Amino acid sequence: MDSLDVQRKQGRMKDSKYDKKLKEEISALDRVGFDTKGEAERSGSFLVINNKEEESLSREDALIILPITLALEEYPWVKDLLFSLVNKDKDKWTKMVAEEEQIVGSFIYVKEGVKVQFPTQSCFFLHNEGFDQILHNVIVLDPGSKLDVITGCTTGNLVTRGRHIAVTETFVREGASLSYTMIHDWGAKTLVYPRTAIKVEKKGSYTSNYVALTKVGEIQSNPVAYLSDEATVKFSSIIYGRPGSLIDMGSRVILKGRGSSGEIISRVVSKRSRIISRGYIEGGNEGTKGHMECNGLLLDKKSSIYAVPELEASHIDTELSHEASVGKIAGEQLNYLMSRGLDEESARSLLIRGFLEGGIKGLPRNIQDRIDAMIRKATSKESI
Amino acid sequence: MEEKRNKELLLEIKDLSVKTGDKQLLYGVNLNVKEGEVHVIFGPNGSGKSSLVSAIMGLPDYEVVSGDIRFKGKSILGLGLTERARMGIGLAFQHSPIVEGVSVDILLRAIAKDNKIVDEITKETDLKEHLNREVNVGFSGGERKRGELLQLLAQLPQLVMFDEPDSGVDVENMGLIIKIIRKLLQKDLPIMKRKNSGIIVTHSGTILEKIHANVGYVMIGGRIVCSGSPLDIFDQIRTNGFARCAKEARENERFQV
Repeated sequence: MDSLDVQRKQGRMKDSKYDKKLKEEISALDRVGFDTKGEAERSGSFLVINNKEEESLSREDALIILPITLALEEYPWVKDLLFSLVNKDKDKWTKMVAEEEQIVGSFIYVKEGVKVQFPTQSCFFLHNEGFDQILHNVIVLDPGSKLDVITGCTTGNLVTRGRHIAVTETFVREGASLSYTMIHDWGAKTLVYPRTAIKVEKKGSYTSNYVALTKVGEIQSNPVAYLSDEATVKFSSIIYGRPGSLIDMGSRVILKGRGSSGEIISRVVSKRSRIISRGYIEGGNEGTKGHMECNGLLLDKKSSIYAVPELEASHIDTELSHEASVGKIAGEQLNYLMSRGLDEESARSLLIRGFLEGGIKGLPRNIQDRIDAMIRKATSKESI
Repeated sequence: MEEKRNKELLLEIKDLSVKTGDKQLLYGVNLNVKEGEVHVIFGPNGSGKSSLVSAIMGLPDYEVVSGDIRFKGKSILGLGLTERARMGIGLAFQHSPIVEGVSVDILLRAIAKDNKIVDEITKETDLKEHLNREVNVGFSGGERKRGELLQLLAQLPQLVMFDEPDSGVDVENMGLIIKIIRKLLQKDLPIMKRKNSGIIVTHSGTILEKIHANVGYVMIGGRIVCSGSPLDIFDQIRTNGFARCAKEARENERFQV
């Protein structure tokens, strides 16, 4: 398939289709990293509103961004990838995705050896109250390629209820490198069930950054990465559980290949919410290394955090370790800041912000800036 | 006359006893610090020096059993840390905690009234390269002390308390530390114009060679056992140690022990 043919099938959203209100809401999607004003450098863009792909655009020949249905037509091999990493019978949510007649979702594909300079953005926007957004996404990085993706998932201004059910299967081929940043900013009672799996082939690398700082009904997500020889993976998550939210989040790293390594870092803050912070690393081959850090901060008596760090060594020559801590803000630190004249709320805000910022570092500049701004907003004196 | 004397008193400690848990730390301490004065407290480890400045600052572990602490003529016993700091009391901690995730720059900007102050002081103190580091994380002893003073420069308290500002500081850092302490104590202003006062807690006293102090005390076992000219006291300590000072105090019955 000639890349130009593919490019022609990729359309850009036509603003005229939308009424003024929706246009305003779309332009506000930059809160989850989705730029519609041309302010951030992006190599490509993909937008789903409810269950319709509204935009798929690439600025690079070697970067293909398509609705998944179109990708299945253009690239017959994509069919074999669907449900090859995620078991379609895993649970009722995966079954729901499998049973959808008309599948909706993104296909992001980088061709061999191409290192894409600017991030590609995608956004899954739940615009209508009570809507079920059911998605199946596929990402493929061919050998030696590189891409940064920033994905924002959010609801419309007035939407509180709805469900987001998404299977995402990612293939990082030999020596390729993918950084995948996901920002969740849902309605107060939205239910969110992503089912994500990543295959990282020889010497490939995958970095996941997950950010959820606003109120949500329930999130349940346990992405799993399978690593081949000398592949590396790093999962970082920062989560701020708001009153009434239930968040069950954890990454699983399966070190199958020789010399593969994985790291899981999570920083979770609970304010009258329930957070289950999981981590699982299996060292299954020689020379594998895994490390996990799960830190939790409880802000009040009605908060709870259940930290579940698990290590499984199934090979004699693997090195696995974990550190986990859950507790309240250290009185010593609070007193220290207050002795400089900060009031208690400002001191707490600064400490919570620092705690969360420590969870995700070193992203491409404009993504890091976006996340730092979100953390600042989420931990301002008024919102803690 | 009485009225006038009170006006220039910045800090007045009356018969102060302090405990933490079941352990009594201070017994009937009296201390008056006027505007522009610098007082030095000597004493061996565990003698109550740090407890005294901590109690003045209002750290929650230090519970006042009896007596009073008055600042600018008002009792501050009922006030919390924030209020005391905002009234003009500042403490350079001996053991400052690490504050993960919070950069020096962000903390300074949170403390200072405006960002201009922060820009000025970082220029003066040669700490630019520290600004992006997390507060006290991986700092050397000297860096910690400098960091404390930098925060005080941002805060600009009128009563500046230094808890062992020179311990664990190498020669290289010492010069800068002296320079900042002098600035905090307005040592470059004419005596009559100095409003800021200092309490320096030290067990070595070498800092006195560079910073003139008005009154010195020796604390032992939670009590002030002698007071006088700081350099005289320091000489005595160097020659005879702390115990001798306490013994003499008892023998002379000049002080209640």
